[in-house]
Amino acid sequence: MIIKNVPQTLLEKIWNQHCIMERDDGQVLLFIDKHMVQDGSAPAFEMLRRRGIAPRAPHRTFSTPDHYVPTDSRDMASITDPEKRAMADALVNDSARAGITCFGIDDPRQGILHVTGPEQGLTWPGTVLVCGDSHTSTHGALGALAFGIGATEVSQVLAAQALWQRKPKTMRITVDGALGAGVTAKDIILAVIAKISAAGANGHVIEYAGSAIRALSMEGRLTVCNMSIEAGARAGMVAPDDVTFEYLAGRPYAPKGAEWDKALARWRELPTDAGAEFDREVFLDARDIAPMVTWGNSPENAVPITGRVPDPAQASGAEQRAAMERTLDYMGLVPGMPMTEVTIDQVFIGSCTNGRIEDLRAAAAIVEGRKIAETVDAWVVPGSGLVKAQAEAEGLDRIFQAAGFQWRYAGCSMCLGTNGDQVPAGKRCASTTNRNFVGRQGPGSRTHLLSPVMAAAAAVTGRLTDVRQILDGAR
Amino acid sequence: MKPFELLDAVALPIEQANVDTDQVLPARYLQKPRANDFGQFLFRDLRFLKDGSEEPSFILNREPYRASRVVVAARNFGCGSSREHAVWALYDYGVRAVIAPSFGDIFFANSLKNGLLPIVLPEDVVADLLKVLVAAPGSRIGVDLAQQVVTAPDGTRHAFHIDPFPKHCLLEGLDELDYTLSQMDRIIRFERLYDVVMPAMP
Repeated sequence: MIIKNVPQTLLEKIWNQHCIMERDDGQVLLFIDKHMVQDGSAPAFEMLRRRGIAPRAPHRTFSTPDHYVPTDSRDMASITDPEKRAMADALVNDSARAGITCFGIDDPRQGILHVTGPEQGLTWPGTVLVCGDSHTSTHGALGALAFGIGATEVSQVLAAQALWQRKPKTMRITVDGALGAGVTAKDIILAVIAKISAAGANGHVIEYAGSAIRALSMEGRLTVCNMSIEAGARAGMVAPDDVTFEYLAGRPYAPKGAEWDKALARWRELPTDAGAEFDREVFLDARDIAPMVTWGNSPENAVPITGRVPDPAQASGAEQRAAMERTLDYMGLVPGMPMTEVTIDQVFIGSCTNGRIEDLRAAAAIVEGRKIAETVDAWVVPGSGLVKAQAEAEGLDRIFQAAGFQWRYAGCSMCLGTNGDQVPAGKRCASTTNRNFVGRQGPGSRTHLLSPVMAAAAAVTGRLTDVRQILDGAR
Repeated sequence: MKPFELLDAVALPIEQANVDTDQVLPARYLQKPRANDFGQFLFRDLRFLKDGSEEPSFILNREPYRASRVVVAARNFGCGSSREHAVWALYDYGVRAVIAPSFGDIFFANSLKNGLLPIVLPEDVVADLLKVLVAAPGSRIGVDLAQQVVTAPDGTRHAFHIDPFPKHCLLEGLDELDYTLSQMDRIIRFERLYDVVMPAMP
């Protein structure tokens, strides 16, 4: 329980409250409050079945299919690959057999787990939440310790509702100051990763702090925490505050009545104490952050949109030079080329990073009254059925469709293409997703990561574009 | 899980940093049941051309690297997606140890649970190993888990750290879950107290 006299970080408070026992080697058996399960989890259920074990705490477990669902219809029969269909079916059957609440494809609450979880009020401050998906770090935005695990650990959580973990190191990233017009949460996290590298936070849990983080909406914080894994972090988190509590209040799975008051009293104790020490501190000035875009195959390859494709000749060593040349070759880019001269074929707005209602509103505001470039195929894939319904109630679907966007159903879709929604080989996509790895959006695909407003601007012009020019033009 | 045995094997150098699990095992094989030989999908898009023939320039397609059972890689190996299939692909190909200055945290944890030993060595040591493995293809690296020692091709010995419990599990071929389940009384006791203190779910 909380020790009062020693200043503690948010992470340490949560860690200590969830420690069931400590092993001789210092690893801790950590109690797991909530477990999210997606449609790639069939191997984990199979591991349990082979051992004759049933999931122990179905009331702490929630599932929804996101990786394999079609986004052009809600017809599961349209999944023609029998193995993919089997994955999607397995989630429904495994959930039903275990008594796990499943938001199925016909349920309006279906969506990407990291959109649906917070939206349903399943993610609580001060809790430990895991999921067999690396972007589970998203949920840390509400002041939870949330991290991704592999299939074996999913089976262990299903069996025991506990997991052996070594206490991670702590890193505080402080972003102070006000963001400029057209600069968003996505640009903050891309700037962070560019600064500390894709391995910069290995073994650490990041706590994001500072006035720029406090000023973000809950959805902006979810975007920042989502990409913590792209900086190598085990998890990312933001201390809970009134933004958090106002977001949670009244959501279906949030505490109710007297339990809400009890929760609030506990949650207000969670923020890092003054004087608590972090293993590492990083500082950024929000005023220095421009709209960002990536040029390479790692999220750390992010530059301001006003920047240029880097020159391998300026790399620090032979191997770095060779790696950069391979990357530019794959990406079809020329050293020194202004980023704003990069023409695109595809735009994807969606994913657990940027598939929430505020993302769609921001993108629609850029698109409204405009047409997408003729050479561009542009998609919007809402993060959940409820995001889709809300957007439709606000008329955002009509704005996107009038501009030439496809308006689709919720799922992971083109972020990783497991459902068949892929960027064709050699084509270039301006994408609000989280990974620009080689082949991530489909074999041979070329990905540029950016924010929803930047993706909308790119859709309109057909090339990577500084959204601030469109904002200035409108003024 | 099979017990981890003494290794003395050809080592594969991967000089590129940030090799993500999408490269190790592309997403389009994620729906394959575990019964498949995932070794055939290892580095699939780097190893094979579109028509299914081998990409001759890829290092794993060159003798004597084909017989590699140890991988030596640059920093942040296995970053990105949590897919355990990436570990299965390495393991099924025959790889038993990966040496790097740092790993993606989830890949590291997944490896330990599947008989694949992830070894962290200092950046300069790994850089030297990579140089040797590139300059002298087929060089062998020794891994003694019990002694926690890596033996470089020139005989230099490098100690490495591993937590005692996963070491024990790897050496004995044990599944961590058995031990966890043996603690179920404590877990249940903890949860009962926890539920009293914590707000209730609606």
